Amino acid sequence: MTEATKGKITDVRELKDVARRVRIHILRMLTTAGSGHTGGSLSAADVAVAIYFSKMKFDPKDPFLKDRDRFILSKGHAAPLLYAIMAEAGYFPMETVETLRRVESPLQGHPCCKSLPGIEVSTGSLGQGLSVANGMALGLRLDKNPARVYCIMGDGETQEGQVWEAAMSAAHYKIDNLCAVVDNNELQIDGPVEKVMGIDPIHDKWEAFGWHVIDIDGHDMEEILKALAEAENVKGKPSVIIAKTTKGKGVSFFEDKVEYHGIAPSPEEYEKAVKEINNG
Amino acid sequence: MGENTQNIEDRTQITDKKPKATRDEYGDTLLELGGKRPDIVVLDADLSASTKTGKFAKAFPERFFNMGIAEQDMVGTAAGLSLTGKVPFASTFAVFETGRAWDQIRLTVCYSNTNVKLVATHGGITVGEDGASHQALEDVALMRALPNMTVIIPADAAETASVINTVADYKGPVYVRLGRAKVPYVMPDDYRFRIGKAFVFNLGKDVNIVASGLMVAIAKKAADMLAKDGIDTGVINMSTIKPLDEETLLTVARSSKLIITAEEHSIIGGLGSAVCEFVSENFPVPVKRIGIRDTFGCSGNPDELLKYHGLTAGEIVKTVKSSLDK
Repeated sequence: MTEATKGKITDVRELKDVARRVRIHILRMLTTAGSGHTGGSLSAADVAVAIYFSKMKFDPKDPFLKDRDRFILSKGHAAPLLYAIMAEAGYFPMETVETLRRVESPLQGHPCCKSLPGIEVSTGSLGQGLSVANGMALGLRLDKNPARVYCIMGDGETQEGQVWEAAMSAAHYKIDNLCAVVDNNELQIDGPVEKVMGIDPIHDKWEAFGWHVIDIDGHDMEEILKALAEAENVKGKPSVIIAKTTKGKGVSFFEDKVEYHGIAPSPEEYEKAVKEINNG
Repeated sequence: MGENTQNIEDRTQITDKKPKATRDEYGDTLLELGGKRPDIVVLDADLSASTKTGKFAKAFPERFFNMGIAEQDMVGTAAGLSLTGKVPFASTFAVFETGRAWDQIRLTVCYSNTNVKLVATHGGITVGEDGASHQALEDVALMRALPNMTVIIPADAAETASVINTVADYKGPVYVRLGRAKVPYVMPDDYRFRIGKAFVFNLGKDVNIVASGLMVAIAKKAADMLAKDGIDTGVINMSTIKPLDEETLLTVARSSKLIITAEEHSIIGGLGSAVCEFVSENFPVPVKRIGIRDTFGCSGNPDELLKYHGLTAGEIVKTVKSSLDK
């Protein structure tokens, strides 16, 4: 990819293929690293792939392109997902994924913008990405820059108070060049979100904060594309996509397993998982 | 909160200019900069009347973002704005700016190395009557510990103007700590602030007082008192706490039987600590720290509070004499 792309892939089957490859990159780097967050990287994969490859304008050769669309992975522990997408897009050679979590690797345990151009801001301490996304959206609006900002949060992450400060700000400043996504996989490290600290009714909360709320199956590529298009057309208020997802999606023995939040696959699990993904 | 009309005791007036609060100068300088620099944006957390960013807000409403009482969101939003090429100045009281949003400053400002200017007002004990909850005595320690951060405390209004203009041109995270109370002008008319460069009023052969903020004026008065007693005392305005002017500090250490640090901040983690860290590793000389002694503040007027916490010329003189007698 040598020049900025916009809406490069619109074919659902093709996007699904990219998502399959991205899942395999994720598992490869996690297995090599021997640690990292498997479940949440896989749950958000379909939405993130759709955003990057069907919607976003970006140029891996010019990561600071002025009118690039911006992507913030507020749930920074899903870094392998972001790295897999960036490798797939051509930001760095595929072999680099083998360096995940090593000293001086551009692929730090959580995304570091100073280590890897193309990452907009460092994340990892939860609850902060939406505020930064708002700031970017406001800056772009001041410059009459047509770029859009995307921000993926975890559902457990919305327990952070700052998320709701940012939710208030986005509505107050009528930020409509921003699309937020909540990866609603219903699990967090200590257990089911509803048991640890319930966040429901999540749809009503965002709506009450002044957002346009779109509920979807976060693994149905057609629904994802429709939701992203809908969000783009909403004016005068911010949009959030509540993507109902499955933690560990794509690998049967990781799915809905809370213990795979922060555990990497073993080499044996990796082999089995890749077979499943390729057959799925 | 009522406007402070109290003046700081121990002031040494070297010009005819009336004392002015550094926050007032910030408001004026920011307003002026706003006209010249369309890339400057300002954020506040519902304290724009007190931090004086309100003047900018009135003149440039489209570039002013009141974030409400939400400091964490304010800092994150400032980081985002900076990532689109804006130069954000984010202001609130020092205690909230640094304490409430510390992790946000750490991750999205310092670790991400974004071009955010955190300019906090109401630093130190001279916040006065509002009491301990509003008096930042630990903010410098919190900011100084962060990699990539520059920490600045101007001594008077003129230096404040110079600081604000300088940091607007500098690329990277900056914390500027300003005060609520009026302070006298102490810096020479031709002085220009440079990041990381201390100002030596004079180098003492016996004692040197390394001071910051409003303690510079108080240190000058103490030096005059000590000179009358035959103790040759120098005064240094260490307005950049980080990066520390190590070159000047080494010269100071080589010329000192005793170094006094004077700051309107806890003796833990601020200027006193920074000086001790450097001196003990490079040219050990005795250091005595004047500052808030590991305690919270309380209500009172600024003058009373400075006396109550021993931040006076008299206290500096007493400390020097008792230390030299040993």
